[in-house]
Amino acid sequence: MSGDRATEALLDVQGLTMRFGGLLAIDHLSFAADREKITAVIGPNGAGKTTVFNCLTGFYRPTAGSLALHRDDKELRLERMDGWRIARDAGIARTFQNIRLFAGMTVLENLIIAQHTRLMRASGWSIAGLLGLARYRIAEKEALDHAREWLERIGLTDRADHVAGTLPYGDQRRLEIARAMCTEPVLLCLDEPAAGLNPHESHELNQLLLSIRDRYRIAILLIEHDMNVVMGISDRVVVLDYGKKIADGTPQDVRRDPAVIKAYLGEPET
Amino acid sequence: MDLRGLVKEAALAAFVALIVAIPLAGFDLSQQGTANGAQIGFRPSWVAIAVVTVFVGRLVIGLLPRPQRRERPPVVSLFIARHQRVLGLTGLAIAIVWPYLPFSSDYLVDLATEVIIYMMLGWGLGVVVGLAGLLNLGYAAFYAVGAYTLALTSAYWAWGFWEALPLAGVTAAAVGILLALPVLRLRGDYLAIVTLGFGEIIRIILINWQSFTYGPNGINGVPRPTFFGLPLVARAPRGGETFAQFFHIDFSLSQRYIFLYFVTLALAIVVNLFILRLRRLPIGRAWEALREDEIASRALGINPVGVKLSAFAVGALLAGFAGVFFAARQSFVSPESFNFQESATVLAIVVLGGMGSQLGIALAAIILVTLPEFGRDFAQFRMLLFGAAMVGIMIWRPRGFFSLRTPSIRLGEDRPLVEVPK
Amino acid sequence: MAYFLQQLINGLTLGAIYALIAIGYTMVYGIIGMINFAHGEIYMIGAFVSLITFFALGAVGVTWVPLALVLVLLSAMFFTSAYGWTVERVAYRPLRGSFRLAPLISAIGMSIFLQNYVQLLQGAQVKSLPPVVTGGFRLMETGGFAVQLSYLQIIIVLVTLALMAGFSVMIAATPLGRAQRACEQDMTMAALLGIDVDRTISTTFLIGAALAAVAGVMVTLYYGVIDFFIGFLAGMKAFTAAVLGGIGSIPGAVLGGFIIGMIEAFWAGYFSSAYKDVAVFGVLILVLIFRPSGLLGRPEIEKV
Repeated sequence: MSGDRATEALLDVQGLTMRFGGLLAIDHLSFAADREKITAVIGPNGAGKTTVFNCLTGFYRPTAGSLALHRDDKELRLERMDGWRIARDAGIARTFQNIRLFAGMTVLENLIIAQHTRLMRASGWSIAGLLGLARYRIAEKEALDHAREWLERIGLTDRADHVAGTLPYGDQRRLEIARAMCTEPVLLCLDEPAAGLNPHESHELNQLLLSIRDRYRIAILLIEHDMNVVMGISDRVVVLDYGKKIADGTPQDVRRDPAVIKAYLGEPET
Repeated sequence: MDLRGLVKEAALAAFVALIVAIPLAGFDLSQQGTANGAQIGFRPSWVAIAVVTVFVGRLVIGLLPRPQRRERPPVVSLFIARHQRVLGLTGLAIAIVWPYLPFSSDYLVDLATEVIIYMMLGWGLGVVVGLAGLLNLGYAAFYAVGAYTLALTSAYWAWGFWEALPLAGVTAAAVGILLALPVLRLRGDYLAIVTLGFGEIIRIILINWQSFTYGPNGINGVPRPTFFGLPLVARAPRGGETFAQFFHIDFSLSQRYIFLYFVTLALAIVVNLFILRLRRLPIGRAWEALREDEIASRALGINPVGVKLSAFAVGALLAGFAGVFFAARQSFVSPESFNFQESATVLAIVVLGGMGSQLGIALAAIILVTLPEFGRDFAQFRMLLFGAAMVGIMIWRPRGFFSLRTPSIRLGEDRPLVEVPK
Repeated sequence: MAYFLQQLINGLTLGAIYALIAIGYTMVYGIIGMINFAHGEIYMIGAFVSLITFFALGAVGVTWVPLALVLVLLSAMFFTSAYGWTVERVAYRPLRGSFRLAPLISAIGMSIFLQNYVQLLQGAQVKSLPPVVTGGFRLMETGGFAVQLSYLQIIIVLVTLALMAGFSVMIAATPLGRAQRACEQDMTMAALLGIDVDRTISTTFLIGAALAAVAGVMVTLYYGVIDFFIGFLAGMKAFTAAVLGGIGSIPGAVLGGFIIGMIEAFWAGYFSSAYKDVAVFGVLILVLIFRPSGLLGRPEIEKV
């Protein structure tokens, strides 16, 4: 029933199953990610979390199940779409466990490339661009402004022309998130954004994610091991173990859930 | 400084060199078949030279200070990157006055034309390999299409240079798209081999489809560009007017060389501006993004097949144009001009010049084309050096010997890049 | 029928040669995930070394054929392995972990270098060898066409099958084979478990080169003429064979080799000799488009 838009989940995963040859990586997983909420996916290593992301973003074709994205009164079935289409048409952006920036290009270029689709259209598949028509120049300026906005937000304005690969680790992570945001997604999927960050940087990350949720009204789906981040900002937590969901609720509920404690609850409280 | 260890390593290297050198350097079959020679000759001195060279070389390399690969880029590359504009304009200025310099001659003008043609080829392949990161080992096939378009339209329909030029580009691009479509989803190495295969297929077809392409003998009398319809020859075919007659001057062969040179130069300038512009457009950035990280590109909504196809198409288009000039320069085409060695030469230009750097590729073209002119021996060594240079550059300066990447868009400051970690 | 049989015999022989080269491609690809572009040149060097050894032996008076064959085989395998080892050390090892295109371009550079190296040292002309192994069977004769099966053809096919069997056993049962399989699966883990990854890779190249050398000896005996360019075409076709059979699988490489050999022989025999290479390349393209994992290979999953 595609009824009340306000309460309908943005992303509805039903019975997702992923099999690699003999290995069952994800087993009938169902969960939902709500609009303008932060949903965390946690679980021990090997539980299948990144595999879920890869299915959601079209890098793997799920063996079974449905991935429904509800936007603009439409329902998009992600399991049938190519990865790049999911990014472009469905509006799902992601970051990667091992940062995948365009390391040889500058910070600014990374942010501009993220706006490729809109710029490509404005350039008239390069014809208008080649002819130097106004419509492209305007679009490029807008893209620059948009990039500038994000540069400020992540504090890299004075290093905009630096090569992305030379940035310190924490800055690279933030840049990857900013780049994903420049695609103007409806759902942001972050794969371990806090990995390798010190407590101060984790705190800054929390602030960034909260502002993304609140100011930009973007839903966030988050894989994370850092419990400060998970407990600190998530609205909802989904726990996986061996490809199966073992808990699903608010951070407080999940924390007390015996099944979760039994499987693992990561680092001791700090 | 572990001198002992270094000597041991050098000795090991020399030992391997000994083994490797014995059969091929130590023995000589080149006298085979000649009336006087024994079937096989023995050249122990060559083996000794090889062993000593490797030993000393290994020592020297080990003794040199380790280059700081991560920190500063090489002086040459930095200089070129910083002064791109000035260097480019200077080069252009020299190019414009080249035929009129005091030491100039028909030979030098013709050589310069050849250099510029290879520059164009290098830029074209630079889009595919340098910008988009797609290894195309059969590039010669595309400029063969361009060259043969000119030759065949003139042979069958009596078309001239200017009529054939646009058709050549379009045909080459079409062939490029057709060939690329089925195979673009392949990963790097496979795509490379397939393009190699295509190159060979086209060459074999050109040789064997004799009824259409005139086969291995090639096609003569390929038309050269005319000046608004006036040919630059001594006597016009079918009693028309020649360039010299129209301007009431005496005909001299130099006019033909110089005219072709300027036409080539003009097209090269257009091609260069075209590529520079494309690089600043979304499509150009998408090419580079795809090269840097295809997975990240897909995650940003970039369609890899479409983007790769466009790179191939542009590369093929430019090759088609260059091919026309290739054919016009010698007024002759034959399948043997479009073999793997040609493709490899253009690839070497791109690799040496720096992926996607216009100026770097131009410099590399100048060097690689003029090198063999310094002596026949050099010509023989040319391919050997290319091969070694390609290996060496990948090891020491993978982003190219001559140039660094400069960003396609800046926030304002004019600071050159620090070298990127690999 | 007789004609068909002859093409079959020729095709199997040719296929055996391709199979030997293809094993080298597939082993290297399996362990370091890249195509050794220079492998075709290694085969060519094997052919040259064998030719040189034949003449050298002749010059010192060794003329008893079986002994000469064994010595030539050993010599070719020994020297060619050294080349294979060197290529890996010089052109590939420094680039492990480099960006994608680097080892590819380096490999091509190496291939160009080796071709011209041989050309410069030995001259560009074709080299020939008087027939060494002669004689054979006449199998049948219909309508004036005699089907010949030469001793050499039998030797070639048998040697190939024996080597393939030997290597399959080696991969499955010996520590080296286990180390290779471990490195294929996960190089970092293998290193952590104490496997000398560098040595395993070097050995793989050595073996591949040795097999290519055997192919080089065979081709020298079979055709009697060689030149510095044979590596290019044979390399491409052997690579096609490896892909057809399933890259990474040794039985696949052998199977692919025989199939490609037969395709080439039949195409040349029944359609046109001029386009036989085009036929083989066509196979390559079709396989890569429609069944990239080949006949016996496993489909690759992209690691994100």
